[in-house]
Amino acid sequence: MLLIECPYCGPRDETEYRHGGQAHVPYPADPEALSDREWAEYLFYRDNPRGMLAERWLHTAGCRRWFNTIRDTETYEISAVYPIGAPRPDTAAEAPPGSAAALSPAHHAKGDPAARAIASSGSHARTATAHTAPASAGSPAGGSAAGDPAAPGESPASHPTSEGDER
Amino acid sequence: MADALPQHPDFLWRNPEPRASYDAVIVGGGGHGLATAYYLAVNHGITNTAVLEKGWLAGGNMARNTAIIRSNYLWDESAAIYEHSLKLWEELPAALDYDFLFSQRGVMNLAHTLGDVREGTRRVGANVLNGVDAEWLDPQQVKELCPIINVADDLRYPVMGATYQPRGGIAKHDHVAWALARQCDAMGVYIIQNCEVEGFLTAGDRVTGVETNRGRIATGTVGMAVAGDSWDLAQSAGIRLPIQSHPLQALVSELFEPVHPTVVMSNHVHVYVSQAHKGELVMGAGVDGYTGFGRRGSFHIIEEQLAAAVELFPIFARAHVLRTWGGIVDVTLDASPIISPTPLDGFYVNAGWGTGGFKGTPASGYTFAHTIATGSPHPLNAPFTLDRFETGHLIDEHGAAGVAH
Repeated sequence: MLLIECPYCGPRDETEYRHGGQAHVPYPADPEALSDREWAEYLFYRDNPRGMLAERWLHTAGCRRWFNTIRDTETYEISAVYPIGAPRPDTAAEAPPGSAAALSPAHHAKGDPAARAIASSGSHARTATAHTAPASAGSPAGGSAAGDPAAPGESPASHPTSEGDER
Repeated sequence: MADALPQHPDFLWRNPEPRASYDAVIVGGGGHGLATAYYLAVNHGITNTAVLEKGWLAGGNMARNTAIIRSNYLWDESAAIYEHSLKLWEELPAALDYDFLFSQRGVMNLAHTLGDVREGTRRVGANVLNGVDAEWLDPQQVKELCPIINVADDLRYPVMGATYQPRGGIAKHDHVAWALARQCDAMGVYIIQNCEVEGFLTAGDRVTGVETNRGRIATGTVGMAVAGDSWDLAQSAGIRLPIQSHPLQALVSELFEPVHPTVVMSNHVHVYVSQAHKGELVMGAGVDGYTGFGRRGSFHIIEEQLAAAVELFPIFARAHVLRTWGGIVDVTLDASPIISPTPLDGFYVNAGWGTGGFKGTPASGYTFAHTIATGSPHPLNAPFTLDRFETGHLIDEHGAAGVAH
């Protein structure tokens, strides 16, 4: 049983949450420009590393808000919790002591041409050079994390437009 | 105690040192890898082959599954490949000259809601049209086939009927692996344990070998069958797979006299139960909700499946859990496997069997061997290549089969 710290409600059992898969996969900025291969990438291909993974959770049995975590997929340790819309905290600054090395993005060094292709088309990059958007638009958690002292990371006032779209 | 187990043969396989090169290298010495090597030899005459296993033979999901075999899938593509698999299961004990306790004791998929009843009767119809043996049972017929099941209507989710596949059943999974390994070895295949593949050698768009912890092995043909590790290992060859790895748990009770004559699966209350030849009650349920590689899952999954099992089988209330364990399964978005060539010439993947790979072992090996030997898919696995994620011709068994795999 994972103990997951909801940024809004505090630590709760895993059974209160729904796992939402990889974080930071925004809707393509220019959908009509995508090839079939790029659509396949957006719809069906997600990172699945051994090690640190940025992923989303929905607190279904609590506040019903979305948030992100960084979790080690081998030890299941959660080393960061941050709001939807905030950039991935890849630096040690926001991680607990001792996990700095583990947070290095080594697992993401392995490239995949298709993902890069989409990224280079201008629609997405892992650490979200965020399109500016109204805080309430396009995100179920839109703006709700702003000013919440429990939520680490930056204010989500600026975030990818489609971050938080759910399947 | 239940049935006596057959004796092992005196000799199973050699433990040779790896050679410098092979015509084909199969990465992964589980059921699917061994079946692939077996059918490469038997159907295609390719015996200069090595099966590389990072741990011990069949120590991954081949030793962790609940050993259920059935072919009652909804969609035509799935029914075709799984029914082919079931027919191969029916031949293999004789072909491999090894009694691996394949027992066609029937598989029931229970219905607990009107929606389940509709899905089940539809699937029975689809199965019959595809030549798969299937029947619809009413609750009394369920009770006759499995007397220990509770069909009273005062349950939260009463049994409203079941699909039944009489030719389904179970087999002793470790013996299946040993049977395949023994025949592979006899035909000259190198089975190399404790040999972990760490990367792939390529020249342009071709694979030229594998890098292992026991040295470099040259080959122009690599077949990868490493459930759980598929995404990571394929990534190191530059191939991206649409796979998420999840923990899947199972458990056994202590040994009992035979009480459970068939296999009962319920997706709605989510448990599946059979009784192994040795006497343990063998149970499983769904995957844990998160992705992971820890080979362990969360306890609430165990609690919930036992609650479901005790409600369905009141006699289980006094049984004890002896062991629980987890394995790591590859899950695709459509819950169907990938048996496919890749953009890297000579590099083939067999992955994404999700929670139901054991039953597919023979057909997986059969079609993967064909794909490797000829460079293109067999008609049975042509629908299961990577192309489907681009064409949109998904084989969506998540919702369609309506059953735990």
